Amino acid sequence: METIKLVYPVEGGDLIEAGEASSKMKLTLKKLGLPQDIIRRASICMYEGEINMVIHADGGEAQVEVDTDQIIIRMRDTGPGIPDVAQAMQEGFSTAGQTARELGFGAGMGLPNIKRYSDEMKIETELGKGTTVTVRIKIPQ
Amino acid sequence: MRLSEIKRILNAEVLWGEDRLDREVISACGSDFMSDVLAFVKNQALLLTGLVNPQVVRTADMLEMKCIIFVRGKVPGQSIVDLARERDIVVMTSPKRMYEACGLLYYNGLRGNCDGDD
Repeated sequence: METIKLVYPVEGGDLIEAGEASSKMKLTLKKLGLPQDIIRRASICMYEGEINMVIHADGGEAQVEVDTDQIIIRMRDTGPGIPDVAQAMQEGFSTAGQTARELGFGAGMGLPNIKRYSDEMKIETELGKGTTVTVRIKIPQ
Repeated sequence: MRLSEIKRILNAEVLWGEDRLDREVISACGSDFMSDVLAFVKNQALLLTGLVNPQVVRTADMLEMKCIIFVRGKVPGQSIVDLARERDIVVMTSPKRMYEACGLLYYNGLRGNCDGDD
């Protein structure tokens, strides 16, 4: 199989509508016939990343590459950056505001959840420039 | 356990999916924190929540859940029900509170099946 490349813009500003990009990716992965648990793990990573992009940055873009043996999801924003990545990775640490909490997020589980469901996770961040979270999910052969 | 049985136990009203109550679920999850739902889910196909907003439906969708039950008699707006319909997720509302709703289903044999469970 050739590498399939997908790009999903993530709209900023409206947290109530966030999740559209993840829904679309999930449908595409289903059409490709990937195993259900792989689709679920990729969808959760993308969804948490998408929520983060809307809460902390003004949206961004997700690039997804699907190969026979792996899915790479690269979520890039031009938000404020993460001052302390180790702290952000702790379960329960959150800088999200009231709106996010009212919607059931902002409990400091976003990045830890992404790590939980991915095989590899990389965070590149620069204050004032933005953040890119890249995850790799292996597809068992 | 069939959704029709769950409906009976929780004295629930179906807001969408009356013709899909023959669906079987083997475990459930109850939370108002969507990130917690995303963190601990395994194969739970039923979400009980007191939170009412579109992200509840999106969370259930990411996990391929079959049914959402809003507890404490909460009735979601039509746009939320429509979002669930588009994703083929049954929607019910139950007058029971979260603790009681979870307890009744557990007592009747529907378990959690979360990571860390037996």
